[in-house]
Amino acid sequence: MLQDVCALVYAGEENPNLRDLVMSRSVAALPVGGRYRAIDFLLSNMVNSGIRNVGIITQKNFKSLSDHLGSGKEWDLSRKKDGLFMLPPFDSTSSAHLYRGMCDAIHSKLDYLEKASQSYCLLTGSYTVYSADYELMMKAHLEHNADITMLYSQEPLDFPGQERFKDVRVSTDEEGRVRDLEVDSNNMRSPKLGMDVYLVKKSLLEYLVQNSCARGGYRFVSDVLIPNLRNLRIFAVRHDGYVQRLHSVYAYYKLNMDMLDSKVRKDLFRPGRPVYTKIKDEPPVRYMEGAHINNCILGDGCELYGSAEGSVLFRGVALGRGARAKNSIIGQGTAVGENCELENVITDKYVRIRKGVRLIGTPQFPVIIRKGAVI
Amino acid sequence: MAVRKKRCVAMLLAGGQGSRLGVLTKYRAKPAVPFGGKYKIIDFPLSNCANSGIDTVGVLTQYQPLELNTYIGTGAPWDLDSSTGGAFVLPPYMKATSGEWYSGTANAIYQNMYFVDRYDPQLLLVLSGDHIYKMDYRRLIAFHEKNQADCTIAVMRVPMSEASRFGILNTDADLRVVEFDEKPAQPKNDLASMGIYVFTWQRLREFLIADEEDENSSHDFGKNVLPAMLDAGCRMFAYPFDGYWKDVGTAQSLWESNMELLEPDPAIALSDESWRIYARSANEPPHYIGPTAEVSSSLISEGCEVYGKVENSVLFSGVTVEAGALVKDSVVMSGTKVASGAQVQRSIIDENCRIREGALVGDGENLTVLGSDVQVEPEAKVKPGDWIAPKSVIAKGGE
Repeated sequence: MLQDVCALVYAGEENPNLRDLVMSRSVAALPVGGRYRAIDFLLSNMVNSGIRNVGIITQKNFKSLSDHLGSGKEWDLSRKKDGLFMLPPFDSTSSAHLYRGMCDAIHSKLDYLEKASQSYCLLTGSYTVYSADYELMMKAHLEHNADITMLYSQEPLDFPGQERFKDVRVSTDEEGRVRDLEVDSNNMRSPKLGMDVYLVKKSLLEYLVQNSCARGGYRFVSDVLIPNLRNLRIFAVRHDGYVQRLHSVYAYYKLNMDMLDSKVRKDLFRPGRPVYTKIKDEPPVRYMEGAHINNCILGDGCELYGSAEGSVLFRGVALGRGARAKNSIIGQGTAVGENCELENVITDKYVRIRKGVRLIGTPQFPVIIRKGAVI
Repeated sequence: MAVRKKRCVAMLLAGGQGSRLGVLTKYRAKPAVPFGGKYKIIDFPLSNCANSGIDTVGVLTQYQPLELNTYIGTGAPWDLDSSTGGAFVLPPYMKATSGEWYSGTANAIYQNMYFVDRYDPQLLLVLSGDHIYKMDYRRLIAFHEKNQADCTIAVMRVPMSEASRFGILNTDADLRVVEFDEKPAQPKNDLASMGIYVFTWQRLREFLIADEEDENSSHDFGKNVLPAMLDAGCRMFAYPFDGYWKDVGTAQSLWESNMELLEPDPAIALSDESWRIYARSANEPPHYIGPTAEVSSSLISEGCEVYGKVENSVLFSGVTVEAGALVKDSVVMSGTKVASGAQVQRSIIDENCRIREGALVGDGENLTVLGSDVQVEPEAKVKPGDWIAPKSVIAKGGE
């Protein structure tokens, strides 16, 4: 158990590629997989690896994230000693500006790090979804006698990166030591794609961040890691399980659709490593006579009279008689009226779709219905 | 610890064995019996307390308390983890000179008199952990106070033919109780006690002490304390309740009340947001319905994986139904797997059973009940109507 590690999550990324889905929430608070928010996977990884001190750096639009996390009780992070800390922006004169990068964000929250009693810090962004045991990362870190250890996954070079976001390509030597890093390169050379998670001694992180910000370097990869590739022993460890990066609407859509695959579910929801989330106390799903549901995942509290195929239905969805949803993501509390037809549609929370409406998108460009909209 | 005076404290009698539930209560008390896809029976009175603003609940356990104790924990799922009140599991304990089991419902409260006194409440609400119902106890309490009663008993009208199974209250026109008939052979009335009582605490306290000293008493509310209060001229009233209320004391009634949830317009709506029934979450992923699955008229919980046919059934969390399997008119509890080609009909299957390939459990007529962790081997048959003890192995040809 990683008792000597605290975690710092930078949830301040702004990714306009996600369009209406991030209108009123941060990427970390994106609803995924029928009952979760993106950040649940990272937080559960941490808790399941024994981390008990987690700071979340927020920036804009963090109301939805704080509602979701509350005191951290559901992740067992409501603790007397340590636990969950929300680290909001603009809380001192020295941080009265928008963050210019992850390094800048950490710089303005150095007091959290200073107070943490742990000697290591697990640093991560908030837009990746995967299940990993950070204890293995620590093991590799110690074996390599590394200064910084990062995770990567093997991805094709023609990775569908039409809308890239924090695309960090990693080149290593045989030993796994990082020799080159490229951020959002148009001419990427390595199939190793960083997972935006780093393990580092707290004292080193503090030093690097102060040093970089003092010289006007506010980004973590470009200003802290890349200039130090020679001085520091930075190692990259391969993660073989499923990873999705929420860099675009397509990636968001794909993550949800991938969860229909039992191999992906088995990888994300491993025995003994539960994914924790906020409890809503919805009753079980009610399948009425005449409902036809195939190849779908469903959160609790749905009431189903119609049919759905290849779709993800979040908690409390009502599907009217004769309604048909195909390859769609139906957000929490959405009501789909009688005889509606939806294909490649993403509805946000509490959408009302009136009787007989037809909405058809494509997988590459799904129709997105904004939170609370009435169609 | 600072203890704040409470207007009302609830005591939940959860020590019952529920022996008529047979193999389902071998290792758990009746209030811990699963119900409705994600609940336990005790979630109903606990949620009623939370929704009625009662934040101090003593849960009196005795028979097989482990599952119940771990389930209740700090009471957080029911919002009962409060700093001035909370949920307290109260098993019988040793005293300086003696230690004894709870010998009856009244004795259980008597033995915990000091717990109640800590809160110095005006009222004591006595509940049982045996029934499925939604009740706003605030109305019951308002009725009690309006009548300046010493005791108020919630009552239901039951069919006259069944009245002799219940405690029957004979009242005057103002609903003041004139006679308490415990399971009368010749009932004069159809107002049955629901086992839900409000007492003016100081008044009840006197009677509990007197009852304890009576060597001939069986220390039961219905048999002893309530008749004694009536004899002494206490003001006792019947509070009529006309909502859904079900005693799931037998496997048959447990099965029936689960099936009632599947009706198009169920008598007890679990989806009512203004009166949520809370439960400890299983923390499982959303359930998955596969490409070959056929599911209709059913309730399915988180963590299930369904590839076969599920009809008119209730699946608890983490149940697997493989392709080609059939689950019909049944209640299947957490973690059970029904393998391909197996058929389960009109059955209650307890937690973590394995129904292997091609096995047959039950038929369309007699209710079949499997205790927890039962293994039904490939092609084996469980005779319709049988009750199988937990952890049994049913082999092919060995019906």
